[in-house]
Amino acid sequence: MTTSCDYVLALADDALVSAQRMSWWISRAPELEEDVALANIGLDQLGQARALLTYAGALEGAGRTEDDLAYLRDDREFRNVWLVERPQPDFGVTIARLLMLATWQSELYAALVSSSDATLAGIAGKAVKEVAYHVDHARLWTLRLGDGTEVSHARMQAALESEWPHLEELFAPVDGAVVDPRSLRDRVMGRIEEVVVEATLSVPQVAPAIGGGRRGLHTEHLGHLLAEMQHLHRSHPGATW
Amino acid sequence: MHFEELLAGDGRVEPRDEMPDAYRRTLVRQIAQHAHSEIIGMQPEGNWISRAPSLRRKAILMAKVQDEAGHGLYLYAAAETLGVDRADLLDQLHGGRQKYSSIFNYPTLTWADVGAIGWLVDGAAIVNQVPLCRCSYGPYARAMVRICKEESFHQRQGFEILHTLAHGAPAQKAMAQDAVDRYWWPSLMMFGPPDDDSTHSAQSMAWGIKRFSNDDLRQRFVDMTVPQAEVLGLTLPDPEIRWNDERGHYDFGAVDFTELFEVIKGNGPCNRERMAHRVAAHEDGAWVREAAAAYSAKRAEAAA
Ligand SMILES: [Fe+2]
Ligand SMILES: [Fe+2]
Repeated sequence: MTTSCDYVLALADDALVSAQRMSWWISRAPELEEDVALANIGLDQLGQARALLTYAGALEGAGRTEDDLAYLRDDREFRNVWLVERPQPDFGVTIARLLMLATWQSELYAALVSSSDATLAGIAGKAVKEVAYHVDHARLWTLRLGDGTEVSHARMQAALESEWPHLEELFAPVDGAVVDPRSLRDRVMGRIEEVVVEATLSVPQVAPAIGGGRRGLHTEHLGHLLAEMQHLHRSHPGATW
Repeated sequence: MHFEELLAGDGRVEPRDEMPDAYRRTLVRQIAQHAHSEIIGMQPEGNWISRAPSLRRKAILMAKVQDEAGHGLYLYAAAETLGVDRADLLDQLHGGRQKYSSIFNYPTLTWADVGAIGWLVDGAAIVNQVPLCRCSYGPYARAMVRICKEESFHQRQGFEILHTLAHGAPAQKAMAQDAVDRYWWPSLMMFGPPDDDSTHSAQSMAWGIKRFSNDDLRQRFVDMTVPQAEVLGLTLPDPEIRWNDERGHYDFGAVDFTELFEVIKGNGPCNRERMAHRVAAHEDGAWVREAAAAYSAKRAEAAA
């Protein structure tokens, strides 16, 4: 089976948009160690995005580079899930989202390492170690916030409630997928729920959001994120930076 | 060994050594101000992370701003060896009782400013800080060794950004020139007031905290930077810059220190924004720090 460009774009865009949101925290984190840690995580995600975008460009075969794909596509052409695209100025929401995304990525990349697509296997081999750290970081903060103070417990529970509806979209089928997202669902949910319970929090009982990112249907927030991210690049067509 | 003997022999003073109170206070003030500068300095460049014009530049910039946070960590740790703690120092910053470098009160208006900061501001920081690697206080000197290595990467990256712009489209070159025009004089002010007006210099020299005068360091920076500007193909906004054979240095125009003193007083273009951003981050993060403290207290109790 051949890997689809759309599938690689989906993984790339999840990582790119998440990195863009994560980098907002640099200079705004609750403590200096966390500025460093979140920058690290954002950098890992950005590195994954760049490798994946470059590969997506090669699969497409139209000569588009990582920058062409990052800066010159409109929001209807982005393939990321809603989980990563909404603003995240709350630290609890950031951690909840990271726990979900990184746990999903860790199962996904682990499966891709042994896939028949050698390029994806190579990218995944590096990424799987990075996201193991992301999961660990998110887990530790979920424990601290969940089992910290009354305030932090309530805020972390609220963060889980706000993000949980967006989990399901990660498992939506994608044409030309190398690893069927549906096959990851049980393991990913099991691992996340285990952390939630360990943190003395409860697993939200909420209906899944509609989603649609894999088909290029996004929230209103993505347009703003891209306007900011792309404007300088687009203001100087063809320029080298 | 006694403090005076250590200094006389160019030895290092370590945290457990006896030291005069005034020496300790001077170091705390200087190291704290330096640490605060590292973390406030994250803001002007952080301003361009979301808009960096290529993914490669975005990655380099994120790593750079992350380095500055790391520098803050090393320096607060060095200050803590003198018996103060980071939380108190941060409170003093937030309360306006301790300062940070005035250069970070200037705005980053275009992408080229990221290049100008790397080239000029990190460049000036290196000139200021290399001598601190031989500072008489051991923990500070050792922190500076690590920091200076990273600052020289930052300086080269800034130079490379400007070089690319200066050799790019006319609009890019204009952007680079404008950034250098705005950052040149504030960079010269980073070396502090002229030697005649500098209040702390003489004592710091005697204590081996400071090794060269403000004016000597400023000259060294000008001498290093003028030839680099020529390589970039950009001009420095000072018609008086020219090589002086007799002195063996570049002459340059008089720095207008009234501006520096205004910025130090709080009247620079971004003083209020920088402090508001920092204080907001600190206050918004209070619940998180409290949670972490409560969690580790519970763990400790459970283990006991
Ligand atoms: Fe620094
Ligand atoms: Fe730096």
